[in-house]
Amino acid sequence: MRIALRIALAASAALLTLGVAQAQETLRIGTEGAYPPFNNLTADGQLVGFDIDIANALCDEMKVKCTFVAQDWDGIIPALQAGKFDAIVASMSITAERKEKVDFSNKYYNTPSAIAVPKDSTLKGVTKEDLAGKTIGVATTTTHFNYASKTYTDSTVKGYPSSPEEQADLANGRLDAIEDDIVVLQQFLDSPEGACCKILGQPSPQPVDIFGPGAGIAVRKGETDLVNKLNSAIDAIRKNGKYKEINDKYFKFDVYGAES
Amino acid sequence: MSVTATLVERPPPRARGWPRSRVIGYAMVGFWILFGLGIVSYLIFAWNADFFAKYAPAYLKGLQTTLLLVCISMVLGAILSVPVAYGRMSSNRLLSGLAYCYVYFFRGTPLLVQTYLVYYGLGSFRTELQTVGLWDFFKDAFNCGVFAFALNTAAYQAEILRGAIESVPRGQWEGAASLGLHKLQTLRKIILPQALIVALRPYGNELILMVKASAIVAIITVYDLMGQAKLAFANSFDIQAYIWVALVYLVMVEILRHGVEWIERRITIHLKR
Repeated sequence: MRIALRIALAASAALLTLGVAQAQETLRIGTEGAYPPFNNLTADGQLVGFDIDIANALCDEMKVKCTFVAQDWDGIIPALQAGKFDAIVASMSITAERKEKVDFSNKYYNTPSAIAVPKDSTLKGVTKEDLAGKTIGVATTTTHFNYASKTYTDSTVKGYPSSPEEQADLANGRLDAIEDDIVVLQQFLDSPEGACCKILGQPSPQPVDIFGPGAGIAVRKGETDLVNKLNSAIDAIRKNGKYKEINDKYFKFDVYGAES
Repeated sequence: MSVTATLVERPPPRARGWPRSRVIGYAMVGFWILFGLGIVSYLIFAWNADFFAKYAPAYLKGLQTTLLLVCISMVLGAILSVPVAYGRMSSNRLLSGLAYCYVYFFRGTPLLVQTYLVYYGLGSFRTELQTVGLWDFFKDAFNCGVFAFALNTAAYQAEILRGAIESVPRGQWEGAASLGLHKLQTLRKIILPQALIVALRPYGNELILMVKASAIVAIITVYDLMGQAKLAFANSFDIQAYIWVALVYLVMVEILRHGVEWIERRITIHLKR
């Protein structure tokens, strides 16, 4: 009787470990869901976008199962640290401040920052002098926000929780300009709500110490193994054409930027 | 004397030893004490002079914005609550129906939704608002916050006022009328002094709720206390940003609570025996 009990216990313990081992095969990915065309939540609750497709391609390459978690941008790094998910694929720029808290893969794309204004705007350029006295909207906790608050010190820089809010306020005239990723701005301008506005230009230069080398995948500190796997998976999909296929689905040009 | 003594119900004698409920009680209290000590020791260990020096001025500025927002909204709400409370108590069906709908809407929907509706909702009616000259007011996020908060608190304050006035017995009205007092005189000299004693606690609660709810304006780009904390967190990724802000809110609420208690002690002296 006792032996039977022990065997049963050992068997269930083995099953449990097996279960854990299987659970590790899935990679939980956190993303924002309010940053089209990179990541967006559709009306029926589906996550879609470039980030999502890239993440799926990487998971296929690494032979793991991906599950996605939508998380507000403000709390996305704490949620990663708290173990709500294992990696952030949410167009997160690789910056020095973030590197103190998380580890990054190599970049998987790099697009410039740009400034959009209403079509009837009298603004001529995007320098500090051009925008002096104007109100600029930017999503907080972004590289664009860091750049704007450091550069446009003579303007009022208003922080928004995410891109759609700042776009709404540009459309209704509360803002004179918004700064965001050029691809995100273009997506907005192509939508009916964005008919009001146009891209004025790209701030220049765009220092690497603010913007970083591009968007990477963030993982918890010390998970070098995962970083290495992600890096080789990024290289692999760049080589085998999968990246180009996804890229061409969303963009007219290669968003990867210069080869690093 | 002996009769009264037998009527007094004494509390049961203290249980001896360690019954289960006492063990659980001590365990719970012990847990909370450990939790509190944990937070305090965390704050001591995580004490970061740089963080404090860098963000304390911003927090103070945010605190100012929060206080200003709450004060203006509370006062405007109090003014607006008078006609709404009047409407609620009116025998005119149209008036009372309108006041009911107002209170129903603002108490039945989240303040967050109301704030969004005012800020982004009215934002999409810019041309219409411009023609009536109201856009300059609604262009500003702080004004939108005050507008939404004043409308919201007016609904709650109207109900507090109504409840307090109705808590005064009808006989007071009748007595005053028999003495030949005018209705407004009765209200001012007899009803309100009694009603406001009843209303003080709920008013205090509403003020405390408003202080806490004011953190909502951070998402419509007003840099109040919460907005500054979010910014500090965005720059430092340090959870201290939120712990400090929680402590500031806690202190504010504690001050208000004691203030209300002090006022209540002062104005109910004549009721003490």
